[in-house]
Order: sequence, then C-alpha cells, then structure tokens
Amino acid sequence: MTRTETGPPPAVAPATAVEPGPRGEPPAWARLARRLVEANVAVVTVLALFTALVIGAILITATTPSVLHAWSQVGSAPGHAFYVTGATIGDAYGAIFTGSVISPSALGHAISTGRGWTGAFNPISETLVKAAPLILAGLGVALGFSTGVFNIGAQGQLIAGAIAALYVGFAVHLPIGIHLPLVVLGGAAGGAVAGFIPGILKARTGAHEVIVTIMLNYVFLDLLTYLLTSRPFQQPGQSNAISRTMPATARLPHLFGSTLRANLGFVIALAAALAVAWFARRSTLGFSFRVIGANQRAGRTAGMDVRRVTVLVLVISGALAGLAGTVTLSGTDFFLSTGYGGNIGFDAITVALLGRNRPLGVVLGSLLFAALDVGGASMQVATGIPIDLSSVIQATIVFCIATPMLVRELYRLREAGGGSIQLFMKGWSS
Amino acid sequence: MRLELAGITKRFGSLVANDGVDLVVEPGEIHCLLGENGAGKTTLMNVLFGLLRHDAGEIRVDGETVEFADPGDAVRRGIGMVHQHFMLVPVFTVAENVVLGFEPTRRAGFLDRRRARADVARLSAEFGLEVEPDAVVESLPVGIQQRVEILKALQRDAQLLILDEPTAVLTPQEIQALFGIMRSLAAAGRSILFITHKLKEVMAVADRITVMRLGRVVGTARPEETNEADLAAMMVGRSVELVVRKAPARPGRDVLELSGLTVVDERGVTVVDHVDLRVRAGEIVALAGVQGNGQTELAEAITGLRPVTSGSVRVDGLDLTNATPRQVIRAGVAHVPEDRQGDGLVSGMTIAENLILDVYDQRPYARLGSLDLGEVRRQAERKLVDFDIRAASPTVPVGTLSGGNQQKVVVARELSRPVKLLVASQPTRGLDVGSIEYVHRRIVEERDAGAAVLIVSSELDEVLALGDRIAVMFRGRITGVVAPGTGRERIGLLMAGMEEADLPPSAEGEDGAVTALDLT
Repeated sequence: MTRTETGPPPAVAPATAVEPGPRGEPPAWARLARRLVEANVAVVTVLALFTALVIGAILITATTPSVLHAWSQVGSAPGHAFYVTGATIGDAYGAIFTGSVISPSALGHAISTGRGWTGAFNPISETLVKAAPLILAGLGVALGFSTGVFNIGAQGQLIAGAIAALYVGFAVHLPIGIHLPLVVLGGAAGGAVAGFIPGILKARTGAHEVIVTIMLNYVFLDLLTYLLTSRPFQQPGQSNAISRTMPATARLPHLFGSTLRANLGFVIALAAALAVAWFARRSTLGFSFRVIGANQRAGRTAGMDVRRVTVLVLVISGALAGLAGTVTLSGTDFFLSTGYGGNIGFDAITVALLGRNRPLGVVLGSLLFAALDVGGASMQVATGIPIDLSSVIQATIVFCIATPMLVRELYRLREAGGGSIQLFMKGWSS
Repeated sequence: MRLELAGITKRFGSLVANDGVDLVVEPGEIHCLLGENGAGKTTLMNVLFGLLRHDAGEIRVDGETVEFADPGDAVRRGIGMVHQHFMLVPVFTVAENVVLGFEPTRRAGFLDRRRARADVARLSAEFGLEVEPDAVVESLPVGIQQRVEILKALQRDAQLLILDEPTAVLTPQEIQALFGIMRSLAAAGRSILFITHKLKEVMAVADRITVMRLGRVVGTARPEETNEADLAAMMVGRSVELVVRKAPARPGRDVLELSGLTVVDERGVTVVDHVDLRVRAGEIVALAGVQGNGQTELAEAITGLRPVTSGSVRVDGLDLTNATPRQVIRAGVAHVPEDRQGDGLVSGMTIAENLILDVYDQRPYARLGSLDLGEVRRQAERKLVDFDIRAASPTVPVGTLSGGNQQKVVVARELSRPVKLLVASQPTRGLDVGSIEYVHRRIVEERDAGAAVLIVSSELDEVLALGDRIAVMFRGRITGVVAPGTGRERIGLLMAGMEEADLPPSAEGEDGAVTALDLT
C-alpha cells in the first residue's frame, strides 16, 4: 500500500501482453495458451492432482525400507537407487490403478481363457459401489453450500435414512417391484426428517446450522446404537448390536451379474446428479435457492421467502444423504451395525468442495475418491505400502483445491481473468 | 496540536473521492466535518490516519510536513481515532482494552493490571469520562463503550481526536454526555475533529464547521455566523441543474395512504415517527431531507422489508401493514431500493436472471415449477432494447455492468409488472448524467400512465425537478409538504427541522407552501 512517490505509469507494456487480433480479441491459440497458464478451475484441479501424486511419490521414497536401503548405498550403485525408487513408485501407483479401475493382466487372462471376468472387472465394480453413496451425500452437501447453508450433518442424515430404509425393509412384506421403491423413498424421507430439524431451528430461532447439524450427527449415531440393541431393530436371537437383515425384496439388484457387487445404487446416484443439475438450473425453486445463496437481501427484497428456502434446502440435502445411507444398506451391507456409514458423511463435504458444488464435479470427485480408497487397499496388499498413502493423496488434492493461491504461486500461474476461483465458504458466520 | 491538510487529493480509479481538500484544525478546537454519505469525509479521515495514501497534497502537524505509512505513525504523532464501529475486545475489561497494544508489564512480562487500572482511573478523572475499569466491555451500554474507545486514544496521548460519526449509535442523553466530554477535552487543549451529517449536533458543539460535498470542501463557517438551513443547502445542493420535462400532474384517487406510521429500529430508536402521508394516482411525491432522517426506513416499511411498530400502510385500499415483501409486490408496488447492489441485484447472476427475480415462478417464465429459459432470454433481450440497457447479451453477469446500466436493470424489472405504486429510493445516486435523465423520464412516464410515485432523494435538485409535491422529513417526522416552486431556503429550513407552521408566510410570494392541507 505504501507508495513513496507518484511516478508516471510504465511506458512499456508488459512483455506477456498478446497482440489483439483483428476483432480486438487475441487469436484463438493465444487465448488457449493463456487459459493454460492462468489459475482457472480446470488447470488448478489438474495441478492439484499432479501435486498430490508428487507428494505421494516423495512419501513412498522416504518411507519404503527397500528404497531407503538402495539410497544408503547410492555411492556404490547410483543407478540402482534411482531404479528402485522409480520401480517402487511405479508399482504403487500401478497397483492403485489396477486395484480400482481394471487390471490389464487379469483382463488379458480372461480374454484368452474366457474365464475370470469377475476378477478383471471387480476393481471398477468396487469403485462404483464406493462412489454411489459419496455422490448422493456429496450432492446434498453441495446443494446446501451453493445456497449458503452449511450442512455438516450428512453423516447423521445418512444414518437416519438407513434406519428408515431398514424399517421399511423388514417391517413390510411386498413384491420387490413395490417394496424396493418404498425402501428407497423411506430412506430419503428419513434423511429429509433429519434435515428438517436443523432447517426449522435455523428458520425459527436463527440457530446456526453448522452447530446443530454437527451435534445431530452424534444424536443419530447414538440413536442407532440404541436401536441396534432393542426391538424391533435388533436381529432376533442376537446379543450383539446388529440389526435385522434386509429381505431379498428390499435389496438393490446387481448391475453386472451376482458376482460383481456393483448395483442399482450407482444408477440412483447418477439419476440424482441429473436431477440436482436440472433442479439448480431449470426449476423455479432451484432459482430461488441460487438467488438466496448469492445475495439473500436481494432475494428478500424481490419477495422470496428466505426461511422457507432455508428449511427446504436442508430437507432436500438431508434426503440426498438419506439416499446415500439407503444405497449402502440395500446395495451391499444389508444390515446395520454401530458406527454405520463410516466416514461417508464427512467425505461428502470434501467431495462437494472438490467438485466445486457442481453435480458433474461431485460425480467425478466421488469417483476419484472412491478409486483412491479401493485402489489404496489393493496397493497395500500388492506392495506393502500402507493404504494411508491414499488418504495423503486425497488430503493433498483437497488442500490444493482449497488454497488456489498456493497452486498459483507454486506453478507461477497468472490470476484468472473471468470466472476465477472463489472459495464458496463465504458468509460462514452469517 | 495544529493540524493542516493542504490540497489532499485521493482517487480510486476514475472516482475522485477527495479533490484538493484544505482543512485546518487549531489546538483546543472542536472542528466539525459535515457532509452527506459519500461526500468523502471517511476517505479524508482514512488518509489522515494513515489507512490510505493520498495522491497529492500535504499533511502538516504543528507546521511540520508528515508522512503516515500506517495508523501506528499517526498514533505516534498524537492522532487518535474513534471509529464508527468500535475496535474493542468484548470479553476484556475496560482497563485491559485501554492498554491493549501498549500493555504496562512487570518483570518477566507479566501484565501490570494494577497500573492499567490506575491509568484508566487517572484519565477518567482528568477528562470527566466516568468508566468502571473492571467492567467487562460487552456488558456496557454503547455510550460507555465509546468512552472506552476515547480513553484508548487518550492513553496513547492523542492530541487530536477524530470521532467518525460518533453519535450514530447513541441515545440523545448519551449524545449530550459525549458533547460534555468533547468540551472538556477541548478545554484541556486537545483538538477534536468531529465527523457527522447531523446539523443540530454541529450547531450545538462545533467551534468551526467545514462542509464537504462530492469530495470537495464547499465552505467553512462558525456556528454563530450560519444556520441549519444554510448548512443543509450547502450539503445537498448540486452544481448541475436538473431539468425534467413533465406536464402538470393530474392526480386521481389516493393510492398510498400512511397514517400514524411509526417504525422503531433494532436499537430501539424511533426512526419513523407518526407519519401521515398520501400519494395519489398520477402524481409524484418527492420525500426530501438530509440522509438519515428516516426516509430509508419509511420506504422499507412500505415495501414490507421493515416491521411497522404502529400505524398503517394502505395501498389502493388494501391494508399492507406488516405484509411480506411478496404480498406488497403482488399488490402492485414496484420498489427501486436504495442500495441496488445489496438489495436490488445479484451481481454474480446474469441480466436475464436478475430481470425475473420477482416473477421467476410465474407465467410466462415458469410452468409447473420449471423455468422456460428460452422465454426468460427472449424477454430479457426485449428489455435490453426497451430500457436501453447497454450490454453485450442478456447472459452477462449484471455485476459487470456500469452503475447506470445496473440501475436500468432494476428499473426494467420493477416497471415490467403492472404498477399501482412506485417507491424509488435514491433512484439516480451515483449515475452518469445520461442515465439520470433516462431514469427520470421513466419515472414521469409511469406517473403519466396513472401510477402513484414516491421518490426518496437527498438530492435537493432531484426533489425539486421531479416532485409534484415535496414532503420534507426530519428526525422521522414530516415537517412539511410543499409545492415544487417553493424556494430552496424554505425547504432548507424544513430539512433542518423547522415545522412548517413556525415558518413565516411564504416570503417569495409565489406558490410556495400551498399544499400543506394535503397533510392529514
């Protein structure tokens, strides 16, 4: 800020300026070149992934005994040290890929022998299974964020949805064509009720949704623990905290045969992503969500009901999280146990951030996170490198996305002209 | 301390916030800096306090030219500032707040609370600022918190104290107490620079007055040489003459009827005080007054944005007291809000989207809860032409437009519905001359089409040019309703709080003050 003298502006334009084209715009190649060196969304995301892989590689180098051993003898065999390092990193990342997408060798084997298809396609199937609930819960969180409502309660809403879906599952006896849709609707309704609580509290009393949703996570976690040891939820004849199982009519059908776990849950997740995209862009209610997310005062002045929108956002967000709980229950787990849902509700926040609150972004981000989880497990089995490496890569990606300034400085990118990256967490305290 | 500002100029891009400002504050003087919001007072103080760097001019303290790189430099030269929004730690005690940043310490860095308390007690006694040193700041009333801010400045040995709109948050009793403190500080040889837009306060406390308008100093006076009416005219006058071509109004039935309208704001201050006002179909009533006298709150109460404490709002016979903004809009009220970027537009969304903020869920834009994006775009394209909005396409974000074009988007949206009543607050603030003319023409057209129009403006020229009748507000009350031919001096007196009944019969001998009977 401090300027000691008022000098004339520099007479020479910066050397990086591109000559304007005939229509006053730089030529297409120059615009493309500029887009690649400015900190726009795509470039930062790709560089974040790249940075994470580099940091992962450094960690592998620094922690794998065989690599460290090779470097301790670098004086006698320098080439060997480099070779071991490269091979170890290559093996690790290779294992993540083959463990989460497809294994070329298993595929080749299946093609040549006509058997073992399951093994070849199991990795991608597992990734889809893991991605489905992340997509659903992530969509809910993203919808809230873009409306200026911070729903940190996806975990609790997911559990509420799963409890409701389980109840509809074992308490009702119907043919699958009716039963399964009822289970899915029940799960969404359970999540919606869990979202309604912080919504109505915020609208009526101004209670901050961040506090309320975080606390409700514990409420639903403990509610589940209680239900698991009491009738009618506890598995009859069991003393452990385990629920009844979903009957066959309440289970989501497999997509690619009974040996692969990929199920209709992934299709539900994709359909939800399309629905949310339509909702945000084309529906009148979604329009009011966007207006209030961007400028609540203008929405109010134009006659929008801010309280109603606040409640509805949390209800829809909760319903999506409830669906996430339903697809894990009806798709792969079939019963509930204590601590159900693991970390999905919190990973959903990360995925929403990674996907910049856009439905397509959430889908892609969820697939990436699911692949890192699934592939990380394979890597640990294949190479002995701990699965925690996957978490480090995930964390580094998010870290870079959340601090675009860091990526910009790291890669000397210039500031994006239009549509620059903005952190969505504005108005946190409002 | 003798402070001299000479030729201070500060630009923000093309906007000149301070244009060659000269100001002298003598030792022991209470100097008032008077001007409307946006006149450049706060910019000038930020320059003086080292928060902004001026582009030209000099600051002299006791004859010596100084350069302030940051507020620390200003404090070291004996300048203290009490900001409009207090900079206190709410959970600390008074003594802790006062010494914050300059803490007296004992050996090993322990805070010397006893000395802190003693310092506060000594300063309190010296200047008559009663404060309990051990009270926790958040438990204190606003007036006392302000004293803590003043003590903070005195503890740093401020010889010149800048008070930025200090009375805005105070009750009348607290204001009197503050004036007492200011006088005792001045008597002790400290200089005070008091920033305000309230005329009464200036007349009550100032030794000398400097009036700013649009970044320039327009005059300096002593309170005994001037009066509130002159000061009001100086503050709001405009050098560009406005001419609005319009036929005489042909007023019809009453559309807006306010009776006994009273609004008490969040702080418990009565900002609109038993206002009775009627606006008829086919006429423009311009609400004049120095800003901050309740005009904004009055407009917000009519449009459903602010709760009405008592009294009633009727539009075309329909009771809209405490109706929701949506009900008010559906009743045929168009509203051009004062803060177009805060209340009128969503700057990140497109022009087309901003044009449907109030009708997004109605035909032809929506069917069965789904937006017809093609129709939204087609209508927007038509409005770009109809309302002369200069933009490349309806899909550009509205925030990228100039102020004039942004305002045209607001006007286009509000006038695209059937309008019985148009409420427009500061409709031309910050606009270029071309846009001002355009907005005025649309307002007159709306009147001629039979709408009742209420304009809130602190630009006296706009009020005189547009109004078919002029209502003047002062401290939440309407002090008079006059015809547009009334002289500026007369309106100035009303703006300064004189009741119309107290004024001598119209001295100009023209059609002034004839419509007082319209005030029920």
